[in-house]
Amino acid sequence: MQYATNQYEGMIAETTLIPGHNGELIGAYVARPMGPGPFPAIIVIHHMPGWDEWYREVTRKFAHHGYIAVSPNLYHRAGHGIPEDVAAMVRAAGGVPDDQVVGDVAGMLAFVQALPHCTGKVAVFGTCSGARHAFLAAARTPGFAAIIDCWGGRVTMEPHELTVNQPVAPVDYTAGLECPVLGIFGAEDSSPTPAQVAVLEQALKNHGKTYHFHMYADAGHGFFYYDRPAYRQTQTMDGWKKIWAFLDQYVGA
Amino acid sequence: MCTMIATQIQIAGTGKAGNGWFVLREANVSYDHPFEAPFDHALNIDFVNESLGPGARVAVELDVASARTLVETITAVLAKADQAGVLGE
Repeated sequence: MQYATNQYEGMIAETTLIPGHNGELIGAYVARPMGPGPFPAIIVIHHMPGWDEWYREVTRKFAHHGYIAVSPNLYHRAGHGIPEDVAAMVRAAGGVPDDQVVGDVAGMLAFVQALPHCTGKVAVFGTCSGARHAFLAAARTPGFAAIIDCWGGRVTMEPHELTVNQPVAPVDYTAGLECPVLGIFGAEDSSPTPAQVAVLEQALKNHGKTYHFHMYADAGHGFFYYDRPAYRQTQTMDGWKKIWAFLDQYVGA
Repeated sequence: MCTMIATQIQIAGTGKAGNGWFVLREANVSYDHPFEAPFDHALNIDFVNESLGPGARVAVELDVASARTLVETITAVLAKADQAGVLGE
């Protein structure tokens, strides 16, 4: 996206409460361009470290590129405090239940699709556990136009990895996926490993799904995170280009 | 939650965080992404009191070698205290 220096631009961004699983209100950060739209939308699902500043920034980044971006706090029910303290509590509890996540994301989808300034086309984005949740939600909830899976760990799971909260491997829901998938992965990642990414790719292929996978060399887990040693500038910038092109193709801007 | 390797134990003791000392009730031990340490994964220990909310937490994030050394040291120190006859249980 290229901006002209004399172009008008404005954005609204704020926290609010939106009904999620079972109609329960959960926190959400909503950022959108100013103006009547209509705009396409994206649900932005936070990673394991919680509903943190990086996710605030990315939510605004999507709005900056013309999307109504909605980032739900999947850890809302664990209580409130600084994001990492809340995330640590959720980690100790074995993560949030998959069914609850699917309900929360479905709630965000219903909310944004009902907005008069939304085109109705909605993507879902996530990194790390957020990408796992994004895949899971998109596969189990009709209505998404695209999914962006950034190094989603445990999308494929061995039987011994299944838990009460995560009883089914997301890859097993691949048949239900109705939208194209963009995958952004690092060749040096240990979760998911390239071999696990290959299993996911094969599942998508077997079910005749549309997907675009990019495996970046010299990149490990979370290589977009500029605040972590894993950050890889060149790969990150290319990854964002892939994301914008993918969204342009399948969701519009 | 990229590994989901986490275990909670009940403990008795006290911990010191930003607001001073508080009573500890649980320790959460995990091997997962750290929040701060510059590793992909770390051995994380959160000493907490869940009844006081998410902020009642003393956290450490260790590399694997440090975690192993810590375990050995705790065991060795307890053995010495036992041999000295000062171990109260």
